[in-house]
Amino acid sequence: MSTAAQIVVQDLRLAYGHKEVLHGISFDIRRNEIFGVIGPAQSGKTSLLRCLNRTIDFTPDTRVTGSVLVDGEDVRQTRNVFALRRKIGMVAPLPVGLPMSIYDNVAFAPRCAGMSRKSELDGIVEQCLRQGALWDEVKDRLDSLGTKLSGGQQQRLTIARALSHQPEILCLDEFSIAIDPVTTMRIEDVLKELRRNMTIILVTNLTQQARRLADRTLFLWKGAIVELDRSEVIFSDHPGNRQTYEYVNGIFG
Amino acid sequence: MGDGFGGGPASPGVLNPKAEIRKPKEIRKPKEIRKPKAEAASKLGRDMSTPQTDRAVADGFAVRRATRPAWAVLGERALEVLIYLCGISAIVFVLGIFFFVFKEAFPILGNKQFSLSQFLFSEQWHPTSELNKRYGVLAMIAGTFSVTALAMVIAVPFGLGAAIYLSEFCSGRVKETLKVVIELLAAIPSVVWGFIGLTVMSRLIVKYTGAPVGVNVLNGGIILALMSVPIIVSIGEDALKAVPDSYREAGLALGATRWQLVWRVLLPAGKTGLLAAVLLGVGRGVGETMAVLMATGHAVHIPHSPFDSVRTLTANIAAELGEAPANSDHYQVLFLTGVLLFLMTFVVNLAADLIVRGIRRK
Ligand SMILES: Nc1ncnc2c1ncn2[C@@H]1O[C@H](COP(=O)(O)OP(=O)(O)O)[C@@H](O)[C@H]1O
Ligand SMILES: [Mg+2]
Repeated sequence: MSTAAQIVVQDLRLAYGHKEVLHGISFDIRRNEIFGVIGPAQSGKTSLLRCLNRTIDFTPDTRVTGSVLVDGEDVRQTRNVFALRRKIGMVAPLPVGLPMSIYDNVAFAPRCAGMSRKSELDGIVEQCLRQGALWDEVKDRLDSLGTKLSGGQQQRLTIARALSHQPEILCLDEFSIAIDPVTTMRIEDVLKELRRNMTIILVTNLTQQARRLADRTLFLWKGAIVELDRSEVIFSDHPGNRQTYEYVNGIFG
Repeated sequence: MGDGFGGGPASPGVLNPKAEIRKPKEIRKPKEIRKPKAEAASKLGRDMSTPQTDRAVADGFAVRRATRPAWAVLGERALEVLIYLCGISAIVFVLGIFFFVFKEAFPILGNKQFSLSQFLFSEQWHPTSELNKRYGVLAMIAGTFSVTALAMVIAVPFGLGAAIYLSEFCSGRVKETLKVVIELLAAIPSVVWGFIGLTVMSRLIVKYTGAPVGVNVLNGGIILALMSVPIIVSIGEDALKAVPDSYREAGLALGATRWQLVWRVLLPAGKTGLLAAVLLGVGRGVGETMAVLMATGHAVHIPHSPFDSVRTLTANIAAELGEAPANSDHYQVLFLTGVLLFLMTFVVNLAADLIVRGIRRK
């Protein structure tokens, strides 16, 4: 694992209207690591991800200060925000199968980026569905509606879709909230595969999931960083901060 | 890295027992959330009330189990019946209207001098001629179709475009203002539109196209389009608003531009609602009477160009029913025209329904 920082967040502040939800946080994420983010609900995890790929722009009346550098480029100054978003794959907590066929779901991003050759698209669709551990289940019905799949399948579809634009960074926001444990384990195996060629940001409300997967884990609480360290430390009996210990072990508030 | 559920990092310390206890809860959580919302909610309600009651009992308070009073139960029943009646009444009214219109028209079908094929396929309309009465409405069917078609050609792109603009590309003050203006536009009485057609629009048409008369298919089409656009816009905007924001966010997070999002996600997702918007526009076009009566020139004639004057089925009924003696042949034929209009709108609606169903199933 290289230790070069791929994402550098510096003094990031975010406010919805007058309510500040990220209070100037700084950290960096290394290339090809699985970076866990844990913290109770409402602590700003989702908001943090939305600052990375700038989907925060679609919420009116937000104010962002500080900087987020991805590969050295400040996302807020980037010339091509579409390219930035394609560099970052995003998986939402509840699976959002777009109302189109399974094939079209996965081919959506490549098509938006201007790819139209059928053979190329076919290849991408198959590869991504395989990576998402969904290919075998859907290969015979690629043209049926993506929204008709089961919850767990849809979540894998959204992962396949997030991979379809060959992102360098994959963000998963509480991806297992609506799926069963077996599917969760399958996806976790997929993530272990994927980390070889991408950086993964794993936001999770299951602390054990971060413990199982993440190289380093950030504990975010009420919009501030409590602790960031190697997962061995965060989940040990003696993390750097007492709050971390309490949260991880379920004693906390 | 840990592998499997129990696996923790290889820390020297033993796993914390509390972490172990938490695990089953974590595993159960996703399943519960997957349940349908209503069920989950009711379960939640139950779970929340039970312990409270138990505690109250344990504390020695007398607890009355909540029961709804009889009037509330009965009231709900009554409301149910009322709503049922409202629903049924729609069917009763439609059947009733059809029955009365048909009853007035029916005798003409048994009349030896009247032929249904002449009614449908002749363009001769001489209802008041002494020697050579002719009741052919083909020209008026053509008039209705041409005006409606032209109106839709103009109104559908404009209306849908405006709906897309309103719902996706503008916000805040501009959006509110536009919506108010559009609703105002929808509220203008059709007679007023007729005035505009007869005076302003007809003059403009004569001036800029050199047509001999300004009241023609083009005029009626434009006026009808202006009347349909507000309907298409407001219903189309509702249809787009009904598309969940999660689709937008997902599409944009995949690197789609706004236009790609509209084209590839929102239009397919909102197509049933958008189709409904278009069809209500068509319905308005077919059914509108006063404005087209004033704007189309009222000539019984199959149009060959947009500059020809025409008469529509509705305008014909409106103009002539007052003069036709009750229960005369003329009167009955006009009612038959009403039946024809009724069937036309029925077919349009049915087709729409089938299309929508087809789209849904796909
Ligand atoms: N669109 C929004 N508008 C206003 N406040 C928001 C919005 N989204 C999130 N928030 C607020 O930001 C805070 C952090 O939320 P979020 O980032 O969703 O936390 P998490 O993902 O950790 O649960 C919460 O207090 C929430 O109420
Ligand atoms: Mg969240």
